Amino acid sequence: MSQAEIFERVKKIIAEQLEVDPADVTPEANFANDLGADSLDTVELVMALEEEFDIEVPDEAAEKLLTVQSVADYISEKTTASA
Amino acid sequence: MTNFDRKRVVVTGLGAITPIGNNLTEYWEGLLEGRNGIAPITLFDASRHDCRIAGEVKGFDPHEYLDRKEAKRMDRFAQFGVSASKQAIADAKFVINELNAEQVGIVIGTGIGGLKVLEDQQEVFLTRGPDRCSPFMIPMMIANMAAGLTAIHTGAKGPNCCTVTACAAGSNAVGDAFRLIQRGYAQAMICGGTEAAVTPLSLAGFAACKALSTRNDDPARACRPFDRGRDGFVMGEGSGILILEELEYALSRGARIYAEIVGYGMTCDAYHITAPVPGGEGAVRAMRLAMKDAGITPEQVSYINAHGTSTPANDVTETAAIKNVLGESAAKVAVSSTKSMTGHLLGGSGGIEAVATVMAIANDRLPPTINLENPDPECDLDYVPHHSRSKTVEVALSNSFGFGGHNVTLAFKKYV
Repeated sequence: MSQAEIFERVKKIIAEQLEVDPADVTPEANFANDLGADSLDTVELVMALEEEFDIEVPDEAAEKLLTVQSVADYISEKTTASA
Repeated sequence: MTNFDRKRVVVTGLGAITPIGNNLTEYWEGLLEGRNGIAPITLFDASRHDCRIAGEVKGFDPHEYLDRKEAKRMDRFAQFGVSASKQAIADAKFVINELNAEQVGIVIGTGIGGLKVLEDQQEVFLTRGPDRCSPFMIPMMIANMAAGLTAIHTGAKGPNCCTVTACAAGSNAVGDAFRLIQRGYAQAMICGGTEAAVTPLSLAGFAACKALSTRNDDPARACRPFDRGRDGFVMGEGSGILILEELEYALSRGARIYAEIVGYGMTCDAYHITAPVPGGEGAVRAMRLAMKDAGITPEQVSYINAHGTSTPANDVTETAAIKNVLGESAAKVAVSSTKSMTGHLLGGSGGIEAVATVMAIANDRLPPTINLENPDPECDLDYVPHHSRSKTVEVALSNSFGFGGHNVTLAFKKYV
């Protein structure tokens, strides 16, 4: 899976989960500040990402995922490592 | 407390989302024309159930009141409550701002709360494990959340709570809100009830109690309060909300006043978890307390919006209770069960029925009891059968009784 593919899938899930315009889901967008996510949204979002990519995201890692790009990078790393 | 210490409290705004109409006008017109709101269940596949009919809210779009994300985070019962509250505030032309926010409170009751979310998440829990349960499950299902969310969406920062007294919850909410204003704890209250319990588990549970009608082949005639052929209640869903204000506050802002709320009676049967006490002595005391609170006599009561569930037990017990309370005046009082049209909204019923009672006073029109084709011999009052009627309504009562033996009566009066 290419980085571009991962980004597109991440973007789609974020837009659905947070009910935001996909155009606003830019690489540098911050979940709390730019996309209106609160702590519960973040928990739900991580669960959705875990399901989509069949991975587990430990809480310590989830806490550091503050932007869209950081999520895409993390998943890219995880999926490559497990492949 | 002497009468001198009590503030007068008036009704200045109404909101309703019901099986027969999704706003006040549609609801009231539906009541007057005897519109039936009962039909086969569409919210889920009810084919396995003994009871397959309900009074569902039809064509409700939460996005008329909430943005997509807000709506997604609310169970249907909270969507109804917040939406009906917004309607009532708009109807009252009430503005909540920095100056009055702490003086505006909320009491919204529910019998059950967010059962749909609980059922869905239980399925997730069993099939996919505890780690997959939604972080929104608890804040969506807990019963107080219609009251909490209405505050978030309106900015009302005053007294806020939730009554959970089964089918009396909506009436308890209005009564408690009345008391808070009467005693000076708030200047205005958003109050009423909400419910969205047409779910597989709830239907199964009420059916197991043998409380539901199984007239599945004739839904329009299934809810038939006081009729010989009644065989149980039909579940409804929705929300009815009132804006109550301290009289001077309402007058100072030039508010339109629908009616005055003048009495609140609350008792318990202390008898059985689901059955009313024979003779309805708990209901008798609730009506008497409300009338005493209001300073009204039996001959003054023009109309009673009955609890009238269409269960074999309720309708004869309530009839006996009304006759006991009103004595000779029972022959002259008009009684109707609007549940014959809406079904039984459980904790929401006290809300929409308070709305109906207030509208009866404001318009001098009585909503009917539909489907009353063969009155039970033990039900021998004037139930306003089939058709609405014009009648001057000076004083009206609204009864609500709930599992647990809760009995609540509200008294309203024409504002003069």
